[in-house]
Amino acid sequence: MTGISVSFGGVTALSDVSLTVEPGQVHGLIGPNGAGKTTLFNVACGLVRPTQGRIVWRGEELRRLKPKQLTRLGISRTLQGVGLFRGLTVLENVMVGAHRHAKAGFFSALFAVPTADRDEARLRARALAALDELDATAYAGRYPDSLPYPVQKRVALARALVVEPELLLLDEPASGLSEDEMHDLGDLIRALSGRMSVLLVEHHMDLVMRVCDRITVLDSGEQIAAGTPAEVQADPAVTEAYLGDEVEVGAGADGREG
Amino acid sequence: MSQPQDTTATSSGEMSSESPTESTAAANAPSAGASTGRSLLPSNTLLRHLLVLLLCAVVAVVLLESTDQFTNSQLAQLSYYAIAAGGLTVLTGLNGQISLGHGALMAVGAYTTALFLEAEEPLPLPVVLLVAVLLTTLVGALVGVAAARLHGPYLAGATLALAVGLPGLALYFREWLGGEQGLRVRAPRAPEAFDGFIGFVSGNPASNTKWLAYLGAICLLITFFLLANLARSRVGRTWRAVRDQEVAAELAGIDLGAWRVLAFVVSAACAGLGGAVLALVVRLAAPSGFTLVLSLALLTAIVIGGLGSLFGALLGSALLVFLPPFVTDLGADLGLNNTEAAQLAPFVYGVVLVVVMIFAPAGVVGSVRLRWRTWRARRAASAAGRA
Repeated sequence: MTGISVSFGGVTALSDVSLTVEPGQVHGLIGPNGAGKTTLFNVACGLVRPTQGRIVWRGEELRRLKPKQLTRLGISRTLQGVGLFRGLTVLENVMVGAHRHAKAGFFSALFAVPTADRDEARLRARALAALDELDATAYAGRYPDSLPYPVQKRVALARALVVEPELLLLDEPASGLSEDEMHDLGDLIRALSGRMSVLLVEHHMDLVMRVCDRITVLDSGEQIAAGTPAEVQADPAVTEAYLGDEVEVGAGADGREG
Repeated sequence: MSQPQDTTATSSGEMSSESPTESTAAANAPSAGASTGRSLLPSNTLLRHLLVLLLCAVVAVVLLESTDQFTNSQLAQLSYYAIAAGGLTVLTGLNGQISLGHGALMAVGAYTTALFLEAEEPLPLPVVLLVAVLLTTLVGALVGVAAARLHGPYLAGATLALAVGLPGLALYFREWLGGEQGLRVRAPRAPEAFDGFIGFVSGNPASNTKWLAYLGAICLLITFFLLANLARSRVGRTWRAVRDQEVAAELAGIDLGAWRVLAFVVSAACAGLGGAVLALVVRLAAPSGFTLVLSLALLTAIVIGGLGSLFGALLGSALLVFLPPFVTDLGADLGLNNTEAAQLAPFVYGVVLVVVMIFAPAGVVGSVRLRWRTWRARRAASAAGRA
């Protein structure tokens, strides 16, 4: 994505941000609250249309990107929180994720022809494989609300993985997790990076520093730093953005939102 | 952008048995491909549903042959209510859309049937029914396209306009649709084979009432068979996903609008068939038969039975048909005069609705299913505790 700008009415949420996720790499996106991380994410999956800038994916520009097209493009994303379907079992949740792999149509479902059953069996196998990868097979028949929060997050991740994406967008995957669980998550993301590119929005610095190949730092809608974890950590602008209020009171004069 | 999630279930791993999806609990049976439990029935959807269909057909024949003429006509009434309610429960329970316009969609089916049977040489009955369904489907598609963009009270308002406006067309096109008086429906006679069948099964006289009751039962069974297929397939699962979490569904590649319209169309088709059967059974298609009261009756039926459950829709419809005469008889036994006894029925129906909403907000079927789920979760938890 190059030169992305977004404004809502008169408020500029993002101005001229560029970011490239290299194949097979984990790219971190960090910044203080209100920096525009989620907005950039929403641009990437078509929920928010940029006022300016281009999104290029696999060498082609995506114009008028709509969220429903994402999985077909090989892009999959998780939501902040969990965003599971509450009235569906864990297995069904993941099977919905596999929507783009479904072949049987409305009429084969209406008349319950055997092809519909076979199609369902294939989706089920895919979903179970994804659940297995995240050690959640035991919960297949349960409904999300009866499960602990970390398990729900794992299910949500399985639902994103079953798409078999080339680019995985993770929106705060570690929120609400314990230290151990976060560590496991880090290992998992590293393992995934061999198969797909990952764009990660996260607040937990240690996780970001450990798993990311490259990091982009946003502050008040502007890109203030980019590079490897070590480079970013050494960048004074980053320290200032995070501890800004203490460093210099006058720095807040550019009208940054809280 | 994502909806606020349950914040009480934190990483401490606590269990919450309280389900926020309570109102549609009856709809949330897992789709066939995702079922995890064991069952006596075959896992092949077609075989399974055909088996259930056969059982239900036997039950229907026994029911119709062991009861008198009057009950037969009540069962015919039940069948058209249940057909329409079944469609509505799919729309509301599985896909989360509300419609106050299904009474009007039934009118489309009923008037189509009446008009086609008026001809000197009417088409065969199945063709007429099919045309009625197709025409209603078309109207449903138009409404559905508008409905897919609306939510909650706005959708209720829009479909309310349909319920109020559409029957008015009969008054406007007085020459053609018969105005206030409506159209009389000439129900075709039973075929020879039907006499033979009844004579073979029970030896009862094969009256026209009985024929219409059978016709209703056949339509009901076919409708429920097809709806059950859909509900247990990927289609039903996708509808429920759209209902529960729009953003997540969209990100999974689901076209929200298209799937909403599809639900509306399916549900309208059922309303059309229900209306057609109504026209045959009542032998009249008149505006007074398709007021808002009918739409509301259907809605209360599926709420009491349990949103999203076909069996619930059947239960709710049975209540619509059998409760009023029962209460009226009861009132007469208690020494009320006829008018007073007749006034008792809507009152008792209202009380039943209130009581169900207080003690079983998920409806009859939904409450049973919630109990069962809680019990299973508790058993699983205690088993895990012992291990």
